[in-house]
Amino acid sequence: MEGFGVSLAFWILTGVTLVAALGVLASRNLLHAVLFLILLFVGMAGYFVLLSADFLAMAQVIIYVGAIAVLVLFAVLLTPRAGRNNGETRMFLPALLLCGTLLAIILFVITDTNWAVADESPSVTAADLGEALLSRWVLPFELASVLLTVALVGSIMLVRSREEEAEDAV
Amino acid sequence: MTPGLEHFLTVGAILFCLGLTIALSKRNAIGVLMGIEIMLNAVNLTLLSFARFGVGHGPVTGQAFVVFIITVAAAEAAVALALAVSVYRNRDTIDVDKMNLLRS
Repeated sequence: MEGFGVSLAFWILTGVTLVAALGVLASRNLLHAVLFLILLFVGMAGYFVLLSADFLAMAQVIIYVGAIAVLVLFAVLLTPRAGRNNGETRMFLPALLLCGTLLAIILFVITDTNWAVADESPSVTAADLGEALLSRWVLPFELASVLLTVALVGSIMLVRSREEEAEDAV
Repeated sequence: MTPGLEHFLTVGAILFCLGLTIALSKRNAIGVLMGIEIMLNAVNLTLLSFARFGVGHGPVTGQAFVVFIITVAAAEAAVALALAVSVYRNRDTIDVDKMNLLRS
């Protein structure tokens, strides 16, 4: 982790992600907020590359930018009469105060702690990650597939309309 | 200045708090969900920076955790957005202030 390029990439990514997160918070139109969210996901994939997690950067682009962002966009488009207003409730100022306090505490802990930092960490390839997932983490890996199946069936059940259910019952 | 562990942790903390603000204060249910996604992403960033810079079990463990978090986040997003669409069909709104009935 050295060199001018890495520093430059880090500061550019920091600017992009923070602006995108503030855009999600500040934009009045829900569709604009979703577009800022996509920008945030892309910036996060850049961070993953900087942290030498190449496979996860790919997974981030495919899953978050490809799947979740499209899912959120579809949800916005499927609720047309609910309005595109992305405004805040009355709880905005208390929430801002709470999160500012939390941020101050976390930043204090981060700067105050003497982290044990490894100088040279071995790089992880996708093959290493796959081997770990199928040997040490095989039980959570299988559970994750069950969870995905349940989520798939559950979301299909939730969005089925009454007419479709009546048709299936006949 | 070369970015170290503290820099990545700081970015993760700022993003987490912004996501928490969004999740706590948005009127629209989909806006709340976007805040939750930002929080999950910030946690992923923190886990990966510890996996890269920290000493201990090696970076594979941290990356495996991030894989599971991404999986659970995808499942959560699918179910939550289906819930939002379902609520919209019944009430014609996804304003979290107006979701105050326990019957459809």
